[in-house]
Amino acid sequence: MYETNYTRAKDAADAAKKSKAADDAAYLSGGMTLLPTMKQRLAAPSDLIDLTHIKGMNAITVSRKQVTIGATATHAEVATNAKLMKVCPSLSSLAAHIGDPHVRNRGTIGGSIANNDPAADYPSAMIALDATIVTNKRKLKAEKFFVGLFETALKEDEFVKEISFTAPKSGAYAKFPNPASRYAMAGVFVAHHGGTKAKPEIRVGITGASQDGVYRAKDMEKALAANFAPEALDGCTVDEGNMLSDIHGSAAYRANLVKVMAKRAVAAAG
Amino acid sequence: MGVEGIGARVLRKEDKRFITGKGRYTDDHNVQGQHYAVFVRSPHAYAKIKKINIKNAMKMPGIVGIFDGKQLTGDGIGNIICGWMVHSKDGSPMNMGAWSALATEYVRYVGDAVAVVVGETLAQAQAAAEAVDVDYKVLKGVVSAEEAMASGAPQLHPEAANNIIFDWEIGDEAATDAAFESAANVVEIDIRNNRLVPNPMEPRAALAQYDAAEDHFTLHTTSQNPHVARLVLSAFYQVAPENKLRVIAPDVGGGFGAKIYIYPEEIVCLWAAKKAGVEAIKWTADRGEAFLTDAHGRDHVSKARMAFDANNKIVGLKVETLANLGAYMSLFSSSVPTYLYATLLSGQYNIPNIHANVKTVYTNTVPVDAYRGAGRPEATYLVERMMTTAARQLGIDPAELRRTNFVREFPHQTPVIMCYDAGDFDASLDAAMKASDYANFGKRKAKSEKKGMMRGIGMSCYIEACGIAPSAAVGSLGAGVGLWESAEVRVNPVGTVEVLTGSHSHGQGHETTFAQLVSDRFGLPSENIQIVHGDTDKVQFGMGTYGSRSGAVGMSAIEKALDKVEAKAKKIAAHMLEAAEGDIEIKDGEVSVKGTDKKLGWHEVCLGAYTGHNLPEGMEPGLKEGAFYDPTNFTFPAGCYICEVEIDPNTGVTSIEQFVAADDFGKIINPMIVEGQVHGGLAQGIGQALMENATYDADGQLLAASYMDYQMPRAADLPNFQVSTTETLCPGNPLGIKGCGEAGAIGSPPAVINAITDALGHNELAMPATPQNVWAAVQAGGMKDAAE
Repeated sequence: MYETNYTRAKDAADAAKKSKAADDAAYLSGGMTLLPTMKQRLAAPSDLIDLTHIKGMNAITVSRKQVTIGATATHAEVATNAKLMKVCPSLSSLAAHIGDPHVRNRGTIGGSIANNDPAADYPSAMIALDATIVTNKRKLKAEKFFVGLFETALKEDEFVKEISFTAPKSGAYAKFPNPASRYAMAGVFVAHHGGTKAKPEIRVGITGASQDGVYRAKDMEKALAANFAPEALDGCTVDEGNMLSDIHGSAAYRANLVKVMAKRAVAAAG
Repeated sequence: MGVEGIGARVLRKEDKRFITGKGRYTDDHNVQGQHYAVFVRSPHAYAKIKKINIKNAMKMPGIVGIFDGKQLTGDGIGNIICGWMVHSKDGSPMNMGAWSALATEYVRYVGDAVAVVVGETLAQAQAAAEAVDVDYKVLKGVVSAEEAMASGAPQLHPEAANNIIFDWEIGDEAATDAAFESAANVVEIDIRNNRLVPNPMEPRAALAQYDAAEDHFTLHTTSQNPHVARLVLSAFYQVAPENKLRVIAPDVGGGFGAKIYIYPEEIVCLWAAKKAGVEAIKWTADRGEAFLTDAHGRDHVSKARMAFDANNKIVGLKVETLANLGAYMSLFSSSVPTYLYATLLSGQYNIPNIHANVKTVYTNTVPVDAYRGAGRPEATYLVERMMTTAARQLGIDPAELRRTNFVREFPHQTPVIMCYDAGDFDASLDAAMKASDYANFGKRKAKSEKKGMMRGIGMSCYIEACGIAPSAAVGSLGAGVGLWESAEVRVNPVGTVEVLTGSHSHGQGHETTFAQLVSDRFGLPSENIQIVHGDTDKVQFGMGTYGSRSGAVGMSAIEKALDKVEAKAKKIAAHMLEAAEGDIEIKDGEVSVKGTDKKLGWHEVCLGAYTGHNLPEGMEPGLKEGAFYDPTNFTFPAGCYICEVEIDPNTGVTSIEQFVAADDFGKIINPMIVEGQVHGGLAQGIGQALMENATYDADGQLLAASYMDYQMPRAADLPNFQVSTTETLCPGNPLGIKGCGEAGAIGSPPAVINAITDALGHNELAMPATPQNVWAAVQAGGMKDAAE
């Protein structure tokens, strides 16, 4: 690791101020990706500004169906929050299966979505839950927030403060973990938001598989709106041309996994 | 802890310090004046070194020296050796290229060391290593063995035309060809044995100390055989004469073969300590360096044909194997795909004619050498895939085909050197079939199919050769060393015992099992017995631990030394008790005259030996004996493994539903430790079968170079193993031991792949059977069905 300055932000304004003042700052919110990258000397921020000591920024509030999760809430906190588990068990379960206990107790939801690793779990949930990402500067919808592989709409000095969404009627996340790293090779979050009988609202977010990072599968949503059942997806095709290909999975294999996981998610969502 | 002898399930004495974090590994040792080495490594698979510019790096804080390969060879440090000479079938010696511990003109694999940076702190040395500017002319390299032999392929070493190191054969080709001509059936297979990264938990490390006043070196290192390391560092690398070099292998966290060899880093640290004028240099590999520099294992491509008569008796086996040895010849690299591989191609079967041709080649990859099993897993994989494939093609049960061909009379001379001394292959097959409820597999398969899953069962009847090895025999086959073992038993005046052994424990539990021999012999509690190993200043000489040799060879040496101690103790006791020597009995810590109440405590006899007040006329005082044991033959552990799998056809995920191991290891000293060895071996074998693969891209970059991409077996990937043993004693050593350290890794891969191909209904499956590969094989099977 190269030498770096470590500071703790007191509050959101302090964080932004510290970031502006530094040569090349990076926000630290768990560091489950950033710190290993730095240890391998592949990243060398001049300053690390730790957001996890900002009071209250890890709060999880649930009011009826309205959920707000502070950016520094750890995966373990998301996984075990009783109120959240009641209204949105699919997200609790997703969090409970990220990484290992060490990662779940250090890694945060804000850190995960700001990093936008194409194999991370949370981004698919954000898309399917139609979440709003609240930064220190603005609010934007998940679909606008995630731009591409490791790319978000976050600008210089901007960071995620919280995310909010309305809990769906039902939902589920199914992932196929990479055999070595356990990151998602295909992770599909399916959320049934109710809507009307004639026009049910279904959203499907897919992570791990696409060359463009997390994406929304509108064709699957349409098929599921007509019939919310695994077999409804039989007619959908996943374009191999957009799939990642590596030593663990060819594009064809990943395309297959996307469909298999989507069906499993629908079956689990019921 | 009480008196727990041979056969007792004694808890491991060493575990207290290991599981409480008190183990003392090489990196835990720190000395005054310690500096740190960081190696500048090639990022290219093949390149010419044009220039190494160290100007900026040398100016950085804390840097005391930066040295390259030209300086190393200029100081007379010798090239790295291969310790086993193999001749091609035309009689010519192997074509070995030069390997300097730091590259001089060319780099030949990603990770090849180019220079060493010595700094006061690790961070300073790392920073300076980045500032060393190496100007390379990048060359086109070659990764696979097939490509390396192709015409027009890049040539890696001037000594090896077409990159071929040797073209070796074993067996009678003409007789084997003749057997094929008269055969009723011939079965063919093409198989690949995937390349593996050894991954011991503790990475390699070295702490090289130089005492300028005494001109003496001390090396703490992660070695399975510190005496051999000292010998080679001294005699071949000219680091220092043996009397001026002490090598200590303290606690070592796993080896699996990868810590047998003397690597560039140890040589360089010793040399650089003196050259830089510092008291000590430490180097500890990080996990990335371990992937890039620990000798890899396996990497064979083979074609095999087996001929049967009309009664399904095997009449011949022909094998052609291509072995990828990587960029340089590592210490035992030549012996692994030859004498440790092709000599086991007879398996558990009567095969009257065998011919094998093995070509070894250089490629721009990490050097390949022995890894848990070393040649024997490759042989077993070939023979046992063949037996199951043949059974399917001949339309008979796989167990039946094996029984039809089992060796049942011993000794049995195979056509490929080995002479099997004892075994009962029916016993282990019966035990495994019973334990796995083989007869009711069909019911379980039907149940799986009902859930939309595929189910398969596979077996593997392995035999391997351990207890390496009779020195004269291996010498005649090209080995550069003898493979005996030494031991010294020191009885202290108070009756406690120290056993000094040339074996080295790096996970095997020698501190427990070796002590059990002494407990058993004299009836002493195990806390009174200390096992000393791993230090060339304490133990006179030893050949180290690998090839499951420490039971059969190392313990036999201890047994011989114990014989001598017992004989002397009896003489002393007879004199003290005024009885005949033949009437003296040593039992439960007491020395008595048979049939009388006359007795002495063991400690009284020992004290008597050291006071020397009342010894037989002419006897030297003291009670300390040494022995060297040279085995008379290899030993032949054998057994039967049965694996049952369930496959999800939608994802290709294979789940091991049950795994049964029935092994014959001869005499067992500690059943708990033996079971642990089998469990670990099975995990490694299943890792090879389902997960592990050292994949390179076409440019020679190791793609699976971290745990993000190289999958190791996890507890959740493995079933509860059902292990059991049958016993035929090894007639070749005093204890009847065969060895158990590698069997699990040797016997399991073919059982797993035979089970998966059984579920698939076809043989088109490459190892490792990753989810992607199995899914593709399911797809291929489906398409084949549709086409039919």
